[in-house]
Amino acid sequence: MTTRADQLRAFLDRSPFARFLGMRFEADGDQLTAILPFQEKFIGNRAINAMHGGCTGAFLELTAMAQVYLSSDLRRPPKPINITIDYLRSARGEDLYAHAIVHKLGRRMASVRAEAWQGERDKPVTALQAHFLVAEDG
Amino acid sequence: MDGIDVLEDVNFTSRQQGGPMNEMSEREDLMLKMMRQNAGRIMSTVPWAQALGFELTGIEKGRAFARVAWREDLVGDPDTGVIHGGVLTALLDNLCGVCINTALKKPMSMATLDLRIDYMRPADKGRDILAEAECYHVTRNVAFTHAWAYHETRERVIATAAGTFALNDINRWASGNEAMDLANKMLGGG
Repeated sequence: MTTRADQLRAFLDRSPFARFLGMRFEADGDQLTAILPFQEKFIGNRAINAMHGGCTGAFLELTAMAQVYLSSDLRRPPKPINITIDYLRSARGEDLYAHAIVHKLGRRMASVRAEAWQGERDKPVTALQAHFLVAEDG
Repeated sequence: MDGIDVLEDVNFTSRQQGGPMNEMSEREDLMLKMMRQNAGRIMSTVPWAQALGFELTGIEKGRAFARVAWREDLVGDPDTGVIHGGVLTALLDNLCGVCINTALKKPMSMATLDLRIDYMRPADKGRDILAEAECYHVTRNVAFTHAWAYHETRERVIATAAGTFALNDINRWASGNEAMDLANKMLGGG
């Protein structure tokens, strides 16, 4: 029997951009921890060895999407409507971790919050708020 | 293609709604000139922009234009061939940063404070994505920007962005951008 996490893994394995990022995840029940092993190409600013905001943003958007998928019985991954990214601290050239919480999973929309950290879990480097369309006919 | 040659085709006075070019101070003029001379390096020195294939196609006072070609490995959903939203996020974020520099009197280091992206419609499979960014207000510490991604014109937009950026003294905060560092040196810095 394939679990929801297996289905998510299968989708991410087939998604070219998720592979390009090299994102992985672990699932504990229906709570996901996403991991982005560092690669040189993620850098946005060499002088301060900081990751590009677009890279942390993409990772968090995928994390939020993955958490909605994991928390629901959707056949297809949800489509993003909008995202707001809060850059809290500079993300260093190291592995990134992320969690997401689905605040509301309605019939058509989902509202999700995701946070990424390095080293200390209580010092998030980037936070994202996203809305997804979860209607299967959308 | 050499990015600098591309930029020379851009008429950077035509679309500006503000005063004519001669109202611009000589120093501001110089900043834009410096950026145009070093345009090829503005995005090519940013690894993530390079990895995704971003190409700066034009700069004007307070505006910047770019392109990213459709590529198989940037696709989010293999069933539709639609480019992942994360590519647009990076493109618009990066371009907002560039357009702020064109609006400044001297090079400054900047960090994204927040970035909001609205996804209006999916990008078409196989087509280039064009983008433009506009810096519409600058204070001592913060710059405010809007940006758009589309295939042809802003009338049929794929995504829009609103970004705010914290500005920092380039001499205290490394910009990490060769072109900006060079411009800073030539403009006498700080």
